Amino acid sequence: MVVNVISKIGKGLNVTALTSQSFIERLIQEDYKFFTGVPCSLLSGLIYELEDQKGEARYVPSVREDAAVGLCVGAYLAGSMPVLLMQNSGLGYCLNAFTSLNLIYKIPALVIMSWRGKAGKDAPEHIIMGDIDQALLKTAGMEYSILSEENCDEVLKKAKQKICDEKLPYTLIIEKGLFDERH
Amino acid sequence: MKGTEAFQELIPLINDEPVVHANGFICRESFALKDREANFYMIGSMGLASSIGLGVALCKPDKKVIIIDGDGNVLMAMGTLAMIAAEAPKNLIHVVIDNEVYESTGSQRSISSKVRLDEVAKSTGYKNILRVEKKEKIKAAFLKLKDSEGPNFLLIKVEPGFDPATGRVTHTPEEITDRFMRSIG
Repeated sequence: MVVNVISKIGKGLNVTALTSQSFIERLIQEDYKFFTGVPCSLLSGLIYELEDQKGEARYVPSVREDAAVGLCVGAYLAGSMPVLLMQNSGLGYCLNAFTSLNLIYKIPALVIMSWRGKAGKDAPEHIIMGDIDQALLKTAGMEYSILSEENCDEVLKKAKQKICDEKLPYTLIIEKGLFDERH
Repeated sequence: MKGTEAFQELIPLINDEPVVHANGFICRESFALKDREANFYMIGSMGLASSIGLGVALCKPDKKVIIIDGDGNVLMAMGTLAMIAAEAPKNLIHVVIDNEVYESTGSQRSISSKVRLDEVAKSTGYKNILRVEKKEKIKAAFLKLKDSEGPNFLLIKVEPGFDPATGRVTHTPEEITDRFMRSIG
């Protein structure tokens, strides 16, 4: 497991490592308050951080990724900015929800999607989706970025702009090792 | 009772509550009878009316939130019944119009003639569950569930028989979003 100990975020004054804790705190500061999803080991640190939140932010476990999309839509309609966490295997379940709900109703969400099956190195069930997930997002007209410690500020800014101005979902792709795994 | 008759009984009982509608004839009947800004018409994404309604209810705990669902939608997303029971929003009423067919696609049979959806809701842990088969019973059942802490489930068994001449929702999806968000505040 890769643990990033220290790096520079922002303009050089804040020296903060990108950790599960710092990332969740950052999202909450940016007014993302409603979190739901279906777990992935690559996102396990993030979900444990969410379960530990004592403030307004909440994590609701979903049973399927498309139900999580529905929950995010309801939260947005009721005035909360939603975040969906899932493995890329859940993207297939979500495509109809994205195309016949979010994209036509102009209902945004921040999607945090783990990248299993990268470069064909993973368990067999992840290989095909690991190869095609970004093409699927592109085909559906959904923008995304591969998150890193270096581009975190820039990517969150872009996500916010897509979500608030264009009312479109924006996906952050999470590679193995970016966040800690707790299992 | 026909599905249309169930709507004629049900819709006048709704005041200013936000209502999330399942796709198909559920949207169309409600829209034709009484269009309201607080109606969210889900025209696609079959199965998700229940999870959308749950999201609204969790984020607006001070408002009663109503889902008007169909048997095909509930069967497609049965896991969402478990999510509703687990989160247990007191302000949620889940109404299911059950005609035992997929009527808007030509009345192919669904399996709700063999699976009791009220029993499914009960076993997941909804608080109050009522099943009605006569239109005269809808008012009392709905008002009772509206006055009781939820999540509550009302199963209305109907015969097929929506009028195919009933029009489609004429608002654009974006308009549906804007109106609903404005009304919910």
